[in-house]
Amino acid sequence: MNYIESIGQYFMMLGDLFKKMTKGSVLRRLIIQEINDLMTNSLGIVVFISFFIGAVVSIQMALNLSNPLIPKSLIGYAARQSIILEFAPTFISIIMAGKVGSFITSSIGTMRVTEQIDALEVMGINSLNYLVFPKIIAMLFYPFLIAVSMFIGIIGAYLAAVIGGFLSSEAFLTGMQQDFIPFQVAYAFIKTFVFAFILATVPSFHGYYMKGGALEVGRASTTSFVWTSVIIIVANYVITQILLS
Amino acid sequence: MIKVKNLHKSFDGTEVLKGINTSFEPGQTSLIIGQSGSGKTVFLKCLLGLHKPTKGDIYFNDKTYNDFTKTKKSLLRKNMGMVFQGGALFDSMTVYENVMFPLRMFTKMTKAEMDNRVTEVLDRVNLSNANDKFPSEISGGMQKRVSIARAIVNKPKFLFCDEPNSGLDPNTATIIDQLILEITKENNITTVVNTHDMNSVFEIGEKIVYLQGGIIEWEGNNKIIHNADNKDLISFVYSSNLFKKVRVAQQKGY
Repeated sequence: MNYIESIGQYFMMLGDLFKKMTKGSVLRRLIIQEINDLMTNSLGIVVFISFFIGAVVSIQMALNLSNPLIPKSLIGYAARQSIILEFAPTFISIIMAGKVGSFITSSIGTMRVTEQIDALEVMGINSLNYLVFPKIIAMLFYPFLIAVSMFIGIIGAYLAAVIGGFLSSEAFLTGMQQDFIPFQVAYAFIKTFVFAFILATVPSFHGYYMKGGALEVGRASTTSFVWTSVIIIVANYVITQILLS
Repeated sequence: MIKVKNLHKSFDGTEVLKGINTSFEPGQTSLIIGQSGSGKTVFLKCLLGLHKPTKGDIYFNDKTYNDFTKTKKSLLRKNMGMVFQGGALFDSMTVYENVMFPLRMFTKMTKAEMDNRVTEVLDRVNLSNANDKFPSEISGGMQKRVSIARAIVNKPKFLFCDEPNSGLDPNTATIIDQLILEITKENNITTVVNTHDMNSVFEIGEKIVYLQGGIIEWEGNNKIIHNADNKDLISFVYSSNLFKKVRVAQQKGY
C-alpha cells in the first residue's frame, strides 16, 4: 500500500512542480548552477569510467574470440554496439543514480531538515518548482554527457585493442563501421532523455518528502539510489521492447 | 491584525489544537508560550498557512485564507516574515544573498535599490561586516540576526518567530529580543513569537498566550503574569528559583 501511495505522491509532485513558476531571472541562475553541479562536475568520472570500461569490453571480446573463422574486426563491431546501445546510456545512468541522485536527495533532504523548504513556502514560493524544475532543465544536457561517454568508450576500446596487439587499427575501424544502423543511436538518445528525467525527479522526490533528521537524509539517499536504479532498469527494458523489438 | 476563531487541528485522529480563540495586534509583540507538546509549533504553522486547520478560521485584517485566491494568498505570504528556530538560511548563499533573496524573488527593484535595502537591514541588525560569509561561517546569534534581516527586508505586515532565542547565550538572546521589539514598533508589525524563554516573557511579552494541551489556558501580558491564578502557568513561568524570587519582587511592586 505504501508503494502505491508513493507512486501517487510522485505523480502529484510532477503535477505540482510545474505550477507557480519561479521568476525567470532567478530561474536562470538556478539552472546554470544545476548544470554546473549535475553535469559539469560529473564529466570527469564519466570520462574515466567510459575509457576503462570501453577498454575492458574490447579486451574481453578479443580474448573470447578464439574461433579463427570469426573475423577479428568483430571486436570493433561488438565494442561499438555494446557501448552505444547499453554501456553509455544505461550503465552510466546507474552510476549517475549514485553520484547525481545521492547529491540531489541529500541536498534537498538537508534543506527539508533545516527548514529551508519551509522558509521558501512561507515566502509564497512553490518550493517544488524552485528546487526540482531547474534540475530537470539541467538534465536536458545529459545526452551530451552520454555522447561524451560513447566517444571516450570507443576510444578506450580502440586503444586497448590496437595497443594490446589484438587486431590492427584498420580491422577495428572496419568493424566499427560494419552494419551501422543510425536508428540505434537515436534509440540510445531517446532512452537517455527518459533516464535524465528519472535521474532528476526520483531523487528529488525522496529528498523532498523525507522526514526526520541527519540519519534519515542518509537513508533517503540510499533508498533513492536503489529506486532510481530499479526504475532505470525497468524503463530500459520497456523502451527497448517498444523501440527495437 | 490577526484574529483566530475556534481553531482546531488534528493529525491522524489526534487533536492537537482544540479550539483556539485569540487575536494579535499590530505594533505589539505577542508571545505563545507553553510546555513541549502543548501545540505551539502547530499553532504557529497554522498561522503561517503551512498546516491547514481542521476547523475554524484565521483572519488577517478580516480576511481568512479561504477568502483569498491563489494570487492573493501569495500576496499575503509576501507580507509575512518568518524567523525559524534554526535560522533556515539558505546554505548555498552568502549572508548578503540570503537577505536579498525575497527582494530578488518578489520585487521589481533595480540592483542598486536592492543593494541599498539589504545594506540598510543588515546595518539595522548590526551585521554590516558579514556580507560575504556563508551561514556555516557565522555564529548562531549572527544566523538569527540574518534570519531577522531576511524576514523584514520586504517590509512585512506580519512577523513570526519560532523560538528565536533557542541555543543562544543570555546576552545574545536579550539582543535578539530587543531587536524583535524595536522592529515591531518601528514598522508597526503584528509580531507573534513562539518561545520557551522566560527572559523573553518578561522582556517583550506585551501579550502572552499560554497554551496547554491544545487550548489557551491564560492570556495576558508581562505586567500581570505574576498575579495569574493559573497553577500550570505559574509553575511553568516561575519554575526556577530565580524566577520565583522575581515573582515575589513583582508582587511587592518592584
